[in-house]
Amino acid sequence: MAKYFIKRFVVAIITILIIATLTFVMMHSIPGGPFTREKALPEAQIQILEEKYHLDDPLIKQYGDYMAGLFRLDLGPSFVKIGVEVNELIALGIPPTAKIGLFALILIVILGIPFGIISALKQNKPIDYIVMFMATLGVTIPSFVVATLIIFVFAGGVPALNWLPTFGLTSPLGYIGPVLALAGYSLSFVTRLTRSSMLEVLRQDYIRTARANGIREYKVMAKHAIKNALIPVITYIGPMIAAIMTGSFVIEKIFHIPGIGGYFIESITNRDYTVIMGITVFYAAFYIIMVLLVDVAYALVDPRIKFTKGKS
Amino acid sequence: MKKVLLVLLVLAMVASIFAGCTPEPVEVEATEEPTEEVVVTEEPDEEVVEEVVDEPSVFNWNIGADPKTIDPGLNGASDGGNVINQTFEGLVREKSGTVLPGIAKDWETSADGLTVTFNLRESTWSDGSPLTAHDFVYSWLRAMAPATASEYSWLWHYTNVVGAEDYVSTSAISGLEAAIEAGVGGVVDEEAEELEYYTQEDIDTATADLAELQMYTPDTVGIRAVDDLTFEVTLTDPTDYFVSLMAFYHFMPVKQSSVEAAGGEEGTWASNPDLAVSNGPFVLTDYRIGDGLVLEKNENYWSADTVGIDIINGAFIDDQNTSFAAYNNGELDLLNTVPTAEIPRLMAEDPNFYVFPLLGTYYYNFNMDLEIWSDVRVRKALSMAIDREKITEVLASGQVPAGGFVPPGFLDNEGRDFFATAGMYGLSIDDGSVADAQALLAEAGYPGGEGFPEFVMLYNTSEGHQTIAELIQEMFKTNLGIECTLENQEWAVFQDTRTQGNYELARGGWLTDFMDPSGMLGIFVPGNAYNDPNYDNADFQAALIAASETTDPAVHFEKLYEAQDIFMNDMPIIPIYHYSATILARETLVDWDRSVLGTLDFSSAYME
Repeated sequence: MAKYFIKRFVVAIITILIIATLTFVMMHSIPGGPFTREKALPEAQIQILEEKYHLDDPLIKQYGDYMAGLFRLDLGPSFVKIGVEVNELIALGIPPTAKIGLFALILIVILGIPFGIISALKQNKPIDYIVMFMATLGVTIPSFVVATLIIFVFAGGVPALNWLPTFGLTSPLGYIGPVLALAGYSLSFVTRLTRSSMLEVLRQDYIRTARANGIREYKVMAKHAIKNALIPVITYIGPMIAAIMTGSFVIEKIFHIPGIGGYFIESITNRDYTVIMGITVFYAAFYIIMVLLVDVAYALVDPRIKFTKGKS
Repeated sequence: MKKVLLVLLVLAMVASIFAGCTPEPVEVEATEEPTEEVVVTEEPDEEVVEEVVDEPSVFNWNIGADPKTIDPGLNGASDGGNVINQTFEGLVREKSGTVLPGIAKDWETSADGLTVTFNLRESTWSDGSPLTAHDFVYSWLRAMAPATASEYSWLWHYTNVVGAEDYVSTSAISGLEAAIEAGVGGVVDEEAEELEYYTQEDIDTATADLAELQMYTPDTVGIRAVDDLTFEVTLTDPTDYFVSLMAFYHFMPVKQSSVEAAGGEEGTWASNPDLAVSNGPFVLTDYRIGDGLVLEKNENYWSADTVGIDIINGAFIDDQNTSFAAYNNGELDLLNTVPTAEIPRLMAEDPNFYVFPLLGTYYYNFNMDLEIWSDVRVRKALSMAIDREKITEVLASGQVPAGGFVPPGFLDNEGRDFFATAGMYGLSIDDGSVADAQALLAEAGYPGGEGFPEFVMLYNTSEGHQTIAELIQEMFKTNLGIECTLENQEWAVFQDTRTQGNYELARGGWLTDFMDPSGMLGIFVPGNAYNDPNYDNADFQAALIAASETTDPAVHFEKLYEAQDIFMNDMPIIPIYHYSATILARETLVDWDRSVLGTLDFSSAYME
C-alpha cells in the first residue's frame, strides 16, 4: 500500500509540473501582458514595471525562477493587484469558496443519496416520478439560470418573497442562494446515479440470496445493497468536490462572493501571470488530491479493490 | 518535501473552511451599526435601532471592480479615482465644473501666468497631524519619480510645471545605461525576431542623452514650499486649466510616514486601514479584497461640519446585473453603471437615472501607413457615409453624434462651446452627407464602391462594440457599396494588435483628463503612445505647439480650432460619437455631485 501511495504521489507531482509548464507556455504565447491598459502606458514606464517583476528576463529564466518559487510554495506577487501576493490572494479566496462548496456538498450528500435510494425502492411509484422529474430539471437547468432565478424571485423581484440578500455572504441568509445554485446540478446527478446504481444492485443474485436466507429486509438494504450501490457515487463525489470548488466562479460572480474563482477569471483578462499560474496549479493540486482520496475511500468501501494491479 | 506540499494544501483547504466561518458577519454588522447607546447584538432588533437618536447615516454604494490601487499617486483608473476623491482632497475640489477651494483657501497667478501661488488653509491629516505645503512637495515629487512608476506620470507633460516632465523622463536612464554597457555590437532586443546590434552612433546618442537626463533631479522641478502654508508652482507656459487640474487625484497629497511605513509598500498603505492616513471628507476603516470597503467620516477634515454621511459601504460588484438587482432590492443606493438593456427604460421612466456627457470620443482609426487609405477622399467618403444619429439612437444612452474629435463641454475664450463652434466638418449628424460621400469615392476612382479592396474592421470583443461595428458595416455597404468583414479580439490582444499597427480599420476611444481641448487633439502626434492611426502632419503639430506656448487665450483657442481643422481635413479617424456617463442614484441620497471628468463626490451628500 505504501508503495502504491509513493507511486501516486510521484505521478501527482509530475502531473502538476506538466500543468504548470503548459500553463506557463500558453500564458506567454497569448498577446497582451499585465501592463496592457486602456490608456497604454508609456514605453519607459512599462520597462520599469517589467524590470520590477523580472518580466524582462529571458523566458527560460522566468520559467526557472517560477518553478523554483513553486517548490518553495511561493507563488510570487500579483502584477495587477499591486502589493498583493498570490499566496495571500488564494488564502483570501479559499474560505468563501470552500464555505459555499462545503455546504453544497453536505446538501448533495444528505439529500441526493437518500432521494436516490427512496426513488429506487419505490420504483415506478408517484414518489419516484416526482424525484426523477425534479432531478431531470436539476440536471438540465444551468446553474447560472438557477442563480438568476433565485435572485429574481427571492431578492426583490417578487415583493412578497423578498427573503434573501442579492449579494455577499455577510448574513447567513446570503448562503442560501449560492449553495442551492451550486448544488443543483450535482444534487440531481447524485440522485439519479444513486437510483440507477441501487436498482442495478437490487437485481443482483447476492441480494436474492440474502433475502432467501431470511435476513431482514432493512438489513439486506443497509448491509448489502446500499453499501455496494454507493461505490459509483463515491467515485463521482471526489471529482465533484473538485468541480464544485473550481467551477463555482459563475455563481461567485452572480452573487458577488469574493472567492477564488472570481480572482481566476479576473486574472486571465488582466494577464496577471502569477495569479493565473498560481490558481491553475492550486486547482490542479486540489483535483489530484481529491481523486487520490476517492481511490482510498473506494478501497475502504470495497475490499475487492486492491492498491496494486494484477494480483487479485 | 513533495508529500509535505500536498498535505499542506489539503490542510490549508480544510482549515480555511473552519477559519473563515467565524468573525465575518459580526464584524460587518458592527461597522454598519456602531455602538453608541445600545450594545449591538448580532441581529439588532429593529425597534431598538429606531429608538437610537444618533443613528449613523449610512450610504451603500457600488464602486465596481476592486480598484487596483487607491493611492492617489499610483492610481490610473476611474474606480480608484472615485474612492480617492472621498478619502483625499487636493488643492482645490471641482464639482460639476465649478472649482472650489480645497486645501488651498485661495491662490494667485502672476501677471506673466508662469507662477501660481497657493495659500493653504490650516488643516490636518485624519490622524490629527498638520498638513503643510511640504506634504504637497513630497507627494508631487513622489508621483513624478521614476521609482514610483505611477501610471499617470505622463500627465505632468500637460501640467507645464517646470522640470516635471524632464524628471519623469529620467525613467529612461536605466535603459540608456544598459545600452552603453552593452556597447557597440550589443544586442538591442533579445526577444525581437530579427536581432539588431548597437552601432557607435547609437552609443554616442545614448551617452549624450544620458548626460542630459542625469541633470534632471527633483531639485530642478519648479515647485517649492515657501513656508508651511504657501505652495508655489512655476510653469513653462501659461496654463489656463492648471488650477482646475489640481482637483485631479494625481495631485492630491499623501502622507510620507504612511507611504513609507513598513507593510505599506507599493501603495498598499492606502488600502490598509491601519496605515491609511488621508485628508479628505472620509477615511478608510475596512478593506476586503474582492469584496468591498468601508469609509467613515473623517472628523479631522477641515470642513467636517458639511459632511452629511457617516458611513459609506462600498461594494466591489463588477456584474451589472447583480448590482442592479441589489439596487432594486434596496441594498445599494448608487450605481455608476447599469445593464445596457435597462438604459432605455430607465431614461424614459426613472427620474433617479442621470445621463452626463463624458469628455471623450468613440472613433475608428484608419491605419495611415496602408496604401488602401492613402487617398484622403477615400477616408472622407467613409467617414461621411455614416449615419451617426442612427448609431446613437440604437445605443440610446445619451451619446452625442460626433462632428470633430473634441467633445461638447469645453468652453473657449469667448465662452462658446468648442464642439458647437467647430462645426461638423462636412459630416452630417444623420445620413445627409451620403451623397457627398459617394461623389468623393467616385472621384477617388471607385464609383459605387467598385474595385475597392475588401478590408477588415477590428474591435475588441463586446456586445456594444459589435452592434456599432455591424451598423457601420451595413452603412458602408448600402451607402458606398464597400464590403468589409468584422473581426473582434479580446481586449488585451486587441490593444497589442492596434499598438503594433496590424490592422486596417480599428476601434478607438479616448477620454481626456483635463479641461482643455489640447488633451484630446494632443494624442495624434508622432511618438504619442495613443496615436494609433500613426498620424503625422507638421502643420497640425505646429498649431498645437503654438496653442500651448501662447499667453493669449484668444490665440490659444484660435490655434486649437486650426489644429482640429487640419486634423479633420486629413480625417485619419472616423469620429462616431461622444461618450456619456450614467448614474442611478436613490432619491434619498441628496446633494451628491461629480466632476466634469466624471469623478463622484460625496463630500457634502447626505441621506434623507
